[in-house]
Amino acid sequence: MRSITVRGPEGRLLPILVPPVDEVGAQERADFFTKRSIKKESKLQALYLAIRMCDLTTLEGADTPGKVLQLCAKAKSPVPPGLFAAFAEKKKLEPIPSVAAVCVYPSMVKVAADVLRGTGIHIASVATAFPSGQAPLSTKLDDTRFAVEQGADEIDMVINRGAFLSGRYQEVFDEIRAVKEACGPAHLKVILETGELGSLDKIRLAAEIAMEAGADFIKTSTGKIQPAATLPVTLVMLQSIADFYRRTGKKIGMKPAGGIRTAKQAIQYLCMVNETLGPEWLTPDLFRFGASALLNDLLKQIFKEATGRYYYEKAFSLD
Amino acid sequence: MLVKRAKAALNIETPTPSARPVTLSFEYAPSLESADIVKLKPRYGLYIDGKMVEPSSGRYFPTVNPATEAVLTEIAEATEKDVDRAVQAARKAYEKVWSKLSGRERGRYLFRIARIIQERAREFAVLETLDNGKPIRESRDIDIPLVAAHFFYHAGWADKLQDAFPGREISSLGVVGQVIPWNFPLLMAAWKIAPALACGNTVVLKPAETTPLTALLLTEVFEEAGLPPGVVNIVTGAGATGAALVSHPDVDKVAFTGSTEVGKEILEATAKTNKKLTLELGGKSAHIVFEDAALDQAVEGVVNGIYFNQGHVCCAGSRLLLEESIAETFIEKLKKRIDKIRVGNPLDKNTDIGAINSKREFEKIQRLVALGKEEGGEFYEPAGTVLPAKGYFHKPCFFANVSSSFTLSRIEIFGPVLTISTFRTPQEAIMKANDTSYGLAAGIWSEKGSKIQKVASALKAGVIWANTYNKFDPSAPFGGYFESGFGREGGRHGLLPYLEEK
Repeated sequence: MRSITVRGPEGRLLPILVPPVDEVGAQERADFFTKRSIKKESKLQALYLAIRMCDLTTLEGADTPGKVLQLCAKAKSPVPPGLFAAFAEKKKLEPIPSVAAVCVYPSMVKVAADVLRGTGIHIASVATAFPSGQAPLSTKLDDTRFAVEQGADEIDMVINRGAFLSGRYQEVFDEIRAVKEACGPAHLKVILETGELGSLDKIRLAAEIAMEAGADFIKTSTGKIQPAATLPVTLVMLQSIADFYRRTGKKIGMKPAGGIRTAKQAIQYLCMVNETLGPEWLTPDLFRFGASALLNDLLKQIFKEATGRYYYEKAFSLD
Repeated sequence: MLVKRAKAALNIETPTPSARPVTLSFEYAPSLESADIVKLKPRYGLYIDGKMVEPSSGRYFPTVNPATEAVLTEIAEATEKDVDRAVQAARKAYEKVWSKLSGRERGRYLFRIARIIQERAREFAVLETLDNGKPIRESRDIDIPLVAAHFFYHAGWADKLQDAFPGREISSLGVVGQVIPWNFPLLMAAWKIAPALACGNTVVLKPAETTPLTALLLTEVFEEAGLPPGVVNIVTGAGATGAALVSHPDVDKVAFTGSTEVGKEILEATAKTNKKLTLELGGKSAHIVFEDAALDQAVEGVVNGIYFNQGHVCCAGSRLLLEESIAETFIEKLKKRIDKIRVGNPLDKNTDIGAINSKREFEKIQRLVALGKEEGGEFYEPAGTVLPAKGYFHKPCFFANVSSSFTLSRIEIFGPVLTISTFRTPQEAIMKANDTSYGLAAGIWSEKGSKIQKVASALKAGVIWANTYNKFDPSAPFGGYFESGFGREGGRHGLLPYLEEK
């Protein structure tokens, strides 16, 4: 088994064990979850759950307060409650829940925070010179503190891939620790940007470093790089979380992000979480989808369950 | 509705301000494959000379759905007289038609058969699951696609036999008698029929008495493909029918897949004859996991090795050998994993382990598990798994701390029962793996290539998988050493038993 050593708090040596990953085997196991057939009440249960796990995201250079306000409105109430109630009556469906969080750039945090206060919807902000992370540490920390001050209670940071790929694991580890400290009470999600790491072995290593350094969540991707979240990558990260939990008793959350566009895909992820970590991870506190297009497909499928047919797509607002 | 139910099930505090419960138990609702596609007749005759005929005895026996214990239909019992009729039909077809066709023409029939099987794949998959008890996910994704693949593969060989054995003069044998088991009913039929026909022989096949239905449905495919009458004949029945077939004087070659016990009887029965023989018998295959393996994938491999097809696999990785340094972690992971295995209705698309094929096998597994407990192995089975009230269902389970001297390490259980022992060095792993009267398969898990090569070359087993298990392909020869039998099926090697070299 591969192992690296980093210096942890108070200069203590901290060994990080990294079990090898067989790519073929991981792919095969991941494919297995595409064969699960989730129907009827289980499907409905999964669809509702997936909505509550969404981090509704907008991360564009073109983001404006107007755009963010639109997103927040959708986050609170993905469909107008009155409209849904009319459809849901016959099947006695629960109202459509709010999503878990909105995810925006630091400059947009205040806009979101002002309208989401008291709703229970978290405000996540990408920080640390997202998406490339190519900035000095001081800038990254300022970026983080600014986002928290503005009202973010979740920070999605990117790891220093340059340092990671050149083997400077200590630097990666230290940066995550520093950002964690800068987060204060805010939860820290560490983005590995798996599409840039090259192999499942490296992804496993990055996941271990992130968890040891204090990540509350590990996250696959920024959404700016292809491939983004995939089932095998998520599986390996979930297995890292399982091993970390076995070792430390700490439950780390998981967030696949980018590329999950359909309810069908989301359900495959939920089955994977259910059968890898167990149902205790099936909560927005420990599992999130970083997505934007996914929400409308989830709604479409719920309407289908309610009415027995696919509802006219334009019924759902685009954001 | 859902949220309310979850609230009742799990009253977990939520740190979010919202009042919603945050955790749900995620039960998969039944997702049943419809059985309507299968149209069963009230009773089935024998397929001789291209026609369904009554058995001379007039006797029929039931075949049962092991998941419900309900009788599916009735099957004809072939007597010695019927077997003789079938062999005569095969002889006539061989001499008058099949041996006179060119390889290309034989290949055309095989290609046609393969394509029709693909077209009717769902029907075959459902029927296999009904008659055998295996989960629909496996019959749909593994058995039936492999059946088609075997016909396609051998169709390709039919006109290239001379290329397969350059410089040697080869010819077909004549009439082949084939007896197959119940664990992969149609797949075993394909393994037997496809190479026999490709090599120019005609066939009399006896399927297992508990799983004859897909072989009988295959006769419709032969009709549709226009296969000349008598080229393949199917006689159903139990041991006596099989015995009549293998000892019939006009059979030129016998191919058998099944138990070591029956294999030995066949060996005896054919010893004083001129018949060619191949035997594919039992196994007690070792699955070795080294410390430097990719453990999470190795757990999957071990699960696939022993719990695939309810453990009714002759090459099942039934003896797990763990390097001592990782044994505890591995067993913990394995427990967590088998807790998630879904046992139940084989027609449910989410079922991982279906029904044990027959009462007899079910009782045998139970007997051996009881014996294992007496012998002192550390038994584990998932506590939360609930078995259906009716049908022959068995939980996936294992015994840890098993010694090589225990009965459970020595005899084939043929069920979802794994034994686990530990080793300290590669030498000890090799010694333990080879400490068996069988020699069918083995698995090695390590991320170190040189170690895999070294260990593999020291193992006495017909098939060795590295960092995977239970992978089958028509181009890969399959067969064993010692009490696992002799002869190879699949690949170029698998053609030889159906050919005569001059």
